[in-house]
Amino acid sequence: MPVLEQNDTQIWRRRTTGQSLVRWFGWLLGVAVFVYCWQFISESTTWFFVWDAPRIANDIWTRATPPKWDYITQLGRPIWDTLNIATLGTIIALCMAVPVAFLAARNTTPSTLFIRPIALLIIVSTRSINSLIWALLLIAIIGPGVFAGVIAIAIRSIGFCAKLLYEAIEEIDHTQVEAITATGASRWQVMAYGIVPQILPAFAGIAVFRWDINIRESTVLGLVGAGGIGLQLSASLNVLAWPQVSLILIVILVAVLISEWVSAKVRGAII
Amino acid sequence: MLRLQKLTKTYKTGDQALKAIDLEVPKGQVLALIGPSGAGKSTMIRCINRLVEPTSGGVLLDDVDLTKLGSGALRKARREMGMIFQEYALVERLTVMENVLSGRLGYVGFWRSFLRRYPQSDVDEAFRLLDRVGLLHMADKRADELSGGQRQRVGICRALIQNPKLLLVDEPTASLDPKTSRQIMRLITELCQERGLAAIINIHDVALAQMFVPRVVGLRFGEIVYDGLPTGLTPEKLTEIYGEEDWEATIEKVDEDEDVEAAE
Amino acid sequence: MSHRELDDMLGKGWRKPAFVKHPLLRWVLILGFFAYLIAAFMTIDVDWGRVYEGLDRGWAFVLAFTSPDFVSRWSDIWSGLLESIIMTVAASVVGILISIPIGLGAARNIAPLPVYMICRGIVAISRALQEIIVAILLVAIFGFGPLAGFLTLSFATIGFLSKLLAEDIEAMDKVQAEAIKASGARWPQWINYGVQPQVMPRLVGLSMYRIDINFRESAILGLVGAGGIGATLNTAFDRYEYDTAAAILILIIGIVMALEYLSGIIRARVQ
Repeated sequence: MPVLEQNDTQIWRRRTTGQSLVRWFGWLLGVAVFVYCWQFISESTTWFFVWDAPRIANDIWTRATPPKWDYITQLGRPIWDTLNIATLGTIIALCMAVPVAFLAARNTTPSTLFIRPIALLIIVSTRSINSLIWALLLIAIIGPGVFAGVIAIAIRSIGFCAKLLYEAIEEIDHTQVEAITATGASRWQVMAYGIVPQILPAFAGIAVFRWDINIRESTVLGLVGAGGIGLQLSASLNVLAWPQVSLILIVILVAVLISEWVSAKVRGAII
Repeated sequence: MLRLQKLTKTYKTGDQALKAIDLEVPKGQVLALIGPSGAGKSTMIRCINRLVEPTSGGVLLDDVDLTKLGSGALRKARREMGMIFQEYALVERLTVMENVLSGRLGYVGFWRSFLRRYPQSDVDEAFRLLDRVGLLHMADKRADELSGGQRQRVGICRALIQNPKLLLVDEPTASLDPKTSRQIMRLITELCQERGLAAIINIHDVALAQMFVPRVVGLRFGEIVYDGLPTGLTPEKLTEIYGEEDWEATIEKVDEDEDVEAAE
Repeated sequence: MSHRELDDMLGKGWRKPAFVKHPLLRWVLILGFFAYLIAAFMTIDVDWGRVYEGLDRGWAFVLAFTSPDFVSRWSDIWSGLLESIIMTVAASVVGILISIPIGLGAARNIAPLPVYMICRGIVAISRALQEIIVAILLVAIFGFGPLAGFLTLSFATIGFLSKLLAEDIEAMDKVQAEAIKASGARWPQWINYGVQPQVMPRLVGLSMYRIDINFRESAILGLVGAGGIGATLNTAFDRYEYDTAAAILILIIGIVMALEYLSGIIRARVQ
C-alpha cells in the first residue's frame, strides 16, 4: 500500500507518486490528442454554415412538413425490394457462413494450420467492410440493381454470422459429441446428431438478429444505386423534394421498428 | 474376449496416464475399475474404443487389434462396445427416442439417420428397452426435461441398442444421489446378466463396487495394483490404491448397506 | 399395464414430433415461406448478360488485391484516412462522455421516472436512425466536411453505449450498491463507489467495441459528403481504379484488425 511519510505521520494514498505521474501523463496525452482532432475538424469546417445551421434546420423542417402522404403509393415496390434484399441476403449469407464457421471453429476445423486461418481471413475481411462499400464495389462490377444489393448484404453478413456461429461451435459440450462418436457413427452423423442440435438455437438467434440488422442496412443501399427504398430517398434528396424525404424517413423508421419487434418475438420463441 | 496388451498412453504434456496395462476380460464378466482421480481410469476406458488414441500397446476384441483399424473398421468395432457416461452425455436438445435411436447410428446410413427413418426393428427395440428401464411414456420428451436418474437410464438404452458385446461404463453414478446410484448400478449389472454382456465399470465409490460386481481392478498412477475379488479389498490394499486413510469405516459401511438392502 | 402399452406401440412406426404441432399451421408456414422465396426471386431482375460481362471486372478486382496500389493516390488516401481516424477519435471521446450520464439516466433502478423517460427517448431515437441517414441530414444542415461526420458518429455512439450501459446497471448486484448507501454516502459517492466499480469493465469493453464500429462507419460517411476515406474510395471505384480501391480496403481491414486486437488486450486487462 502506497504510504507517504510527511512530518512523521503516514498518509495513505491510492497510488504511488510514480503511478500518479504516469496516469497524469496519460490523461494529458489523451486531452492533447483530442484537442488536435478537434482543431483538425474545426479547420475543415466552414463555421459560417454552422452558425447558420439553426435557420437552415428550421427551413428544412418547414419544407419537410407535412410529409407528402399520397407519395406512399409509389413506395410499395421499393419496400418489397428492400425486404427481399434483406431476407435473401440473409439466407444466402447463412448458407455460406455455416461451412465457414465449421472450418473456423477450433474443434471442427480439418486443419488448424492452413484452413482455419483462411476461414478467419474470410470472416475478418467480410466483416470489416460495410455493406455500402460492398454495394459500391458490386455495382462497379455487375451494374446497379437489386441483385447487387442482395449480394452486398450477403457478403457483409457472412463474416458476422460465421464469427458468432464458430464461437457457438467452440462452446459446445464435448461429451455429447464423444457419446455419439462412441456408437460408431460416421463423421457426418456425429455432425448431425452431436453438434448440430447443440448449435441450432444459437444459429436461429443469429439468423434473426442479422435479418433485423439487414433490414436497416438495406434501406440505405439505394443511396449508392443498389435497389430498395434508398433509391427513392436519394432521388428525392437530389431534387430537394423534402416532403417526400420526410415520408420515406417515416417509412424507414416504421420498417426498422417492425423488424426489431419481429426479431425480438422470434428470438423469444426460440429460447 | 477383451484383452489389453501393454496398453500405454502418454499425453502430449508428458503425463503417463497408462503404463503398459495388461488385462483380460472374459465373456460376460462385469468388472469394476477403481482408483483415485487421475489414476487413468477414464483414459483406459477411452483407449479401448479409441476416443483417446493409445500411444502403444494393443486392444484385442475377439482377437482383432482395435489399435490397428482404419476409420471405417473402427466404426464397425465401436458398434460392439456400448458406452455409458458420467454426465449422461445425452444430446440434450433431442428427444429421448432420438437419443436411444442414436445408438443405431453405426448401423444405418447417413440419410436414414438424418431423416429419422430408422428400420422398424430398431424402433421396436428402442420401445422395448425404454419399457425395460421404465421410461416408455417419456419417449417423446426432450432429454433435458428428464431427471438425472432418468437420463442415465436413457444413456443405458442408447448403449444397449447397439447390441454390444461389451459395455464401457465411465463413472455412471458420479452425479447421482445415493439411492439412484444404486438403482442404476443394479440396472446395469442386471442387464449385463440378462444379455451376457461383459462390462468394465469405472467407479470411484468402492462400497458401491463391492456391492454389485464379482471382480475389482485397482488402478494407481496408471498401473494395476489390485485384481481380484471384492472381498479381498482389505484396508492395506485400499491404502495401496488410494493412499493412507482410515478404511475401516468404508468397509463397515458396506456391511450396513447390505443389511439395509436386505431389509428393503 | 405398461406392458400393454408396449404391445400397442410395437410394430408401429415412430416419427419425430414436429416443431410446429398443428399440421395445418405447419404446412401453411412451409408453403408460405417457399411462396415468398419464389416471389422474391421472380421480382429480382438480374441482367445476366451484364453480370457475365462483370465477371471479368470482378476478376480484375480480385487480382488487384494481389498488387494493391498505395503509391499513386497516396496523398488522397492519407488525407482521407487521417480524417476518418480523427473523426473516430473525436466522436468516440465525445460520444462516450455524453453516453455515461444518459446511460445512468436510462437505468430504471437509479434514475427517477421523468429522467428515465427522457433518456430512453434519446436512446430510442438514436438507435432507430441509421448513421448514414443522420449523416445526410447533418450534411444538409451543417454543410460538407468532417464536422457532420463527427456529429453523426457521436450521436450513434450515444444510442449504442447508453442502452448497453443502462442494461448493465440494471443487471448489477444490488447488495454491493446498498452496502455503500448504508454507509451514508451521497448520490455521487454512491455512484462512484457502489455502481462504477461494477460496470466499469464492461463499459471499457463496450467503448473499445464502439471505437471499432465508429471507424468502420467513418469509412462510409464520405459517400454522402460527411468526410473520411469513403469519398476517396468512391472516387477510386468511379474511375475503375481497382488497385487503389484494393489498397484502401486493405488499409481498412488492417486497421479494424489492429483495433480488434488492441481491444482484446485492453478488455483482458480490465477484467
